[in-house]
Amino acid sequence: MGKRSIIPYGPQHPVLPEPIHIDLVIEDERIIEAIPSVGFIHRGLESLVDKRDFNQLVYVVERTCGICSFQHGMGYCEAVESVFGVEIPDRAKFLRTIWSEMSRIHSHLLWLGLLADGFGYENLFYQCWRIRERVLDLIELTTGGRVIFSVNKIGGVLKDIPEDQLRHILSELDAIEADLNVIKKTFIEDYTVQSRLRGIGILTREQAHDLGCAGPVARASGIKADMRKRGYDAYPHLDFEPIVSNAGDSYARCYCRLMEVFQSIDLIRQAIGKIPGESDLSVAIKGNPDGEAFFRCEQPRGEAVYYVKGSGKTFLDRFRVRTPTFANLPGLCEMLAGAELSDVGLLVITIDPCISCTER
Amino acid sequence: MANIKRSPWLLHYDGSSCNGCDIEVLACLTPVYDAERFGVMNTGDPMQADILLITGGINTQNQEVVKQLYDQMPRPKVVCAVGVCACTGGVFKDCYNILGGADTVIPVDIYVPGCAARPQAIIDGIVQAVELFQKRSEEHDALVKNKGKEAS
Ligand code: SF4
Repeated sequence: MGKRSIIPYGPQHPVLPEPIHIDLVIEDERIIEAIPSVGFIHRGLESLVDKRDFNQLVYVVERTCGICSFQHGMGYCEAVESVFGVEIPDRAKFLRTIWSEMSRIHSHLLWLGLLADGFGYENLFYQCWRIRERVLDLIELTTGGRVIFSVNKIGGVLKDIPEDQLRHILSELDAIEADLNVIKKTFIEDYTVQSRLRGIGILTREQAHDLGCAGPVARASGIKADMRKRGYDAYPHLDFEPIVSNAGDSYARCYCRLMEVFQSIDLIRQAIGKIPGESDLSVAIKGNPDGEAFFRCEQPRGEAVYYVKGSGKTFLDRFRVRTPTFANLPGLCEMLAGAELSDVGLLVITIDPCISCTER
Repeated sequence: MANIKRSPWLLHYDGSSCNGCDIEVLACLTPVYDAERFGVMNTGDPMQADILLITGGINTQNQEVVKQLYDQMPRPKVVCAVGVCACTGGVFKDCYNILGGADTVIPVDIYVPGCAARPQAIIDGIVQAVELFQKRSEEHDALVKNKGKEAS
């Protein structure tokens, strides 16, 4: 038996874009146990409910996380809308879907780049981010913002995408898809990539299920869970199947996310094809929220749950969000136990951690 | 910009940001914006860094970390706060766990506004930081030289 020691990992670490601290208990080069400690980015965002009214809170909730900011704002709005019992106009639903899928593409490309950097392919990292900029340009064109776009409001959306911009999106998507096909080859077929990812950090279906993993991490372990199938917004009108892989290793997680980028492109195309003609973008909201509601949606990283409770005042009583990374952290600890020390950076990246979301 | 003679190392630390500014800082280093053409280079090692880019406000948990990072950096050094969170606390100013902007614990030289700060603004901040770093290094060199003269 080797000697045990504890290696602190983080909070400031070259491979980590965000601060998280993990204590790694190691024996020789093998990890016995991983103990995460969080709280470096805790802001106390949920406590702002008694300082900002429910309309202003949209902009605060959006800043839970800069990567999936649109879906955070959307999730909160939909929860409040169901407290009011209003149905938003169809066009607004489609617009929300289009923006959601755009942010999924940009989030997954960001992750693919970080992963490429994790296994030492710097050029691939830059290629992913180069393609991502094209998506960001589309987002900027349609909303005015690059990462935080503030187009949600309670009862609908604030901006419309006119016909010519929709056509431009379609032609850009073709170009993005062509670029993606080039990098896809490297991610899927390259020998070095496979040797770094295959069989590393296996999470079995049972483990993923028992630990309550969400999103691509669960799907890569063979759990067919995708909240979009629950049918909110325009998703009931769109035709898609969750992308599932059974291997449960890092390669499967990479595969799922890569294929989801193509799926999102397809979903945007379908949504643009079916979007109803120009109409009102929002419905009027009267009074203050009274009651409580849950809303579940699929973010790039998995299922997020929003809870709001109001009692007829302009300020909500409680707002709560459960983010996907929080659900995936136990899975990460499971993967880390038994892994090689040199794989730690890569494994942390494979769950696509978003610490800002988790700690709020 | 014309008389830049040094290539400073850049250290990026995420305070309690929402990530929006972080990914914009990263985007600045990638080909489309490519801040590295101004001679800066990203590093993960505070002991080597000359310019600290900090995003997000300061909270009770990370204040010691930020202070420590700053102290670890060799002199002369420049601090650039990116995004309104790092400047003043931003949207999270009233949160119970936020103490304020980065300047509550370390001296900040350059403030880059925006929520999220746009890459163009961040690059402008980096360029100013590079110039300031150049100035400080010259002063530092002169000081060292004078000291040497006094001693001899
Ligand atoms: S300034 Fe805005 S985008 Fe930047 S970290 Fe703060 S909330 Fe996020």
